[in-house]
Amino acid sequence: MSMVLNEDQVMLKDSARDFCQANAPVKELRRVRDSQDPDGFSRDLWQQMVALGWAGMTIPEEYGGFGFGYGGLEVVLEETGRNLVPSPLVATVLLCATAINLGGSQAQKSVLLPSIAAGELLMALALEETAFHHPTRIACSAERQGAGFVLNGQKTFVLDGQVADKLIIVARTSGARDDADGISLFLVGREAQGLSVLRSEMVDSRNVANVQLHNVQVGEEALLGELGKGFEILEKTLDVGRIGVAAEMLGNAQEVFDRVIDYLKQREQFGVLIGAFQGLQHRAATMYSELELCRSAVRRAFAELDGAQEDVPALASVAKAKLSEILGIISNEGVQMHGGIGMTDEFDIGFYLKRARVVQALLGDAAFHRDRYAGLNEF
Amino acid sequence: MQSTEEFRASTRAWLEENCPSSMRTPMQEDEVVWGGRNASFENPDSKLWLERMAERGWTAPIWPKEYGGGGLNKEENLVLLQELQRIGARQALNSFGISMLGPVLLEYGTHEQKAEHIPKIVRGEIRWCQGYSEPGSGSDLASLNTKAALDGDHYVLNGAKVWTSYADKADWIFCLVRTDFEAAKHGGISFILFDMKTKGVSTRPILLISGASPFCETFFDDVRVPARNLVGTLNDGWTIAKRLLQHERTMISGFGLSATASSRSLDVSSVEGRAMQARGDTGKLSDPVLRDEIARYKIDAEAFAFTSQRSMEEAKLNKGPNATSSMLKNYGCELNKRRYELLLQAIGTQGLGWASANNEDFSVDELKVTREWLRSKGNSIEGGTAEIQLNVIAKRVLGLPDMPMLTTKKGS
Repeated sequence: MSMVLNEDQVMLKDSARDFCQANAPVKELRRVRDSQDPDGFSRDLWQQMVALGWAGMTIPEEYGGFGFGYGGLEVVLEETGRNLVPSPLVATVLLCATAINLGGSQAQKSVLLPSIAAGELLMALALEETAFHHPTRIACSAERQGAGFVLNGQKTFVLDGQVADKLIIVARTSGARDDADGISLFLVGREAQGLSVLRSEMVDSRNVANVQLHNVQVGEEALLGELGKGFEILEKTLDVGRIGVAAEMLGNAQEVFDRVIDYLKQREQFGVLIGAFQGLQHRAATMYSELELCRSAVRRAFAELDGAQEDVPALASVAKAKLSEILGIISNEGVQMHGGIGMTDEFDIGFYLKRARVVQALLGDAAFHRDRYAGLNEF
Repeated sequence: MQSTEEFRASTRAWLEENCPSSMRTPMQEDEVVWGGRNASFENPDSKLWLERMAERGWTAPIWPKEYGGGGLNKEENLVLLQELQRIGARQALNSFGISMLGPVLLEYGTHEQKAEHIPKIVRGEIRWCQGYSEPGSGSDLASLNTKAALDGDHYVLNGAKVWTSYADKADWIFCLVRTDFEAAKHGGISFILFDMKTKGVSTRPILLISGASPFCETFFDDVRVPARNLVGTLNDGWTIAKRLLQHERTMISGFGLSATASSRSLDVSSVEGRAMQARGDTGKLSDPVLRDEIARYKIDAEAFAFTSQRSMEEAKLNKGPNATSSMLKNYGCELNKRRYELLLQAIGTQGLGWASANNEDFSVDELKVTREWLRSKGNSIEGGTAEIQLNVIAKRVLGLPDMPMLTTKKGS
């Protein structure tokens, strides 16, 4: 277990940085927003990412991937986070491919995973039902009907929902509200009868959707994993997602911080560079320190994912809680320390603030993960 | 040249044979081995363990063999540390000579100075103390005024130091003195070594808000020190002083590490364990605000421990203490202070006792919490205040500019 990146990761990180800076700087997100792009991301750019191997990085070689491990996504996500690049990496690769790889049948894996690795299939995980992350609070129902199931309910905050070709629906097949037992996962095609997916317009201009299921009929083969035992797969998948999102947040925070430091060295007031003011210096030094801890929390969690895998849940909560808290602070300071220009839409820093709050909430905010961490530590 | 795996095997075998079993248990505070002329060993095995480790130079594994060090390369040193950790071996010698003086003496000292002092440091024969702060020079250390005037082949020292840890127990002192009163304040400082038994040296312990302490005031009254004991270049002692401070910060940052969660089951001596015990809680801490604060603290403590580890790995790939030493020192101290504030909240008024001479209102352990809580307030003052550390980060690490009026103003 190493706390420093290995050579492959360093190379990958450099190439991801070059790629994002050249092809997908923040102005790409601005284009998506201002042109009201119905996809909410660039399919052309995605194909270039697929060509770089990003879609298949975590998928085993036998299913058409590269089996590089999660450490590859770690450095890629940090760079996409730095540039606020909208892409299907989180929903399709991090979440859905992981769920399929963990819980899928041989048939499901051999059909779906190669398509994901090849960039031919986009997916979404439909989990949340309220405004708060709560993976066991599942009311969406799946009832037995003949050889299959009928799904009813609604889902919100579904990442990439409206571009997904296929969704994984988290539904209840038995048990009461908040029971982990009785949760099942279903693969539902976008074209299914009774399924409606509507994009929500979010503050960060990225892709989430509302999903309605009205008597959606699926066959037995739609079940991902065991009946009623979906939570085990879900929880492992969510931890991978949390760690990956933390890497993206690290990129967000690092970029805001770097821009702040640059600005402190350029902006003059009262005849001096404002970076000479101790009131700003100490806040910058504090952010630097917290950012170092954030980087370590992310690295450690990825080392566990690609290594022993014994302590993933707690380490995922450490990373997500820490990043959610610190990105909140740094994104606020990003606006404040830029002064008036930081409030303008023309300036990029506001995009980071808007994105920050969405990723802070995504897959559990700081309070959620502190509570979970305390529970995992038996207090 | 043996391979890393061969080195690991031989190290493991040697430790198995030579590390006494009583040295593989957690160490109490009064069992710490400081060495020195009047060294005391609570446990006779401690003496044996020190001698065996010193014999191989493993009290200072990466120092050159020529001066009694272990002569290990970075990789071997890491293996040795891992193997020591594996069996839970105690630190054979706790020494300012090893953690602070030795590294700068090896870097700036003459061959004669190294030959005289380094082997004794390695073997724990001489215990060192640090003469840095003065009554009028705290954060502004470079304004120090202890005077060293050349008289033949000796310097004559007059002045006073403060916060000299264990000055009353130390054999020798490494000391910053002013050798040029005309130069700009950083320019007239020199770094000098002398025996605490020299005529004219006296010490007085300092009582803290937390009670008795290892700190002393140290007075120099016409103390004659051989001129050859000056380390490095005359009037360039500030360079050495700063270098040494980096080593000191690296050491102090270890404070926060003790708080790291090593396993996921509840430990009754932990903050959360005490909080639950004090409230009669089972399963879940009943105070939700405290529970959230403890979780936040523990998450930060874990991330801090990962950062220390990362910093160590990075230092091994590059060299020496790096820019993160200020950050680690500062964060580690703040974490430790947070921990004690949480401990007070955890046990309520049982954490606010001062003594239990006449009754049993407070347990020994509870009284310790009170005292340690008070003592922890000094963590962000000693070794450079939190504010100084933040200045260092802002300027050295982030490259933020100086305030123009501060840089033009000269003198002490």
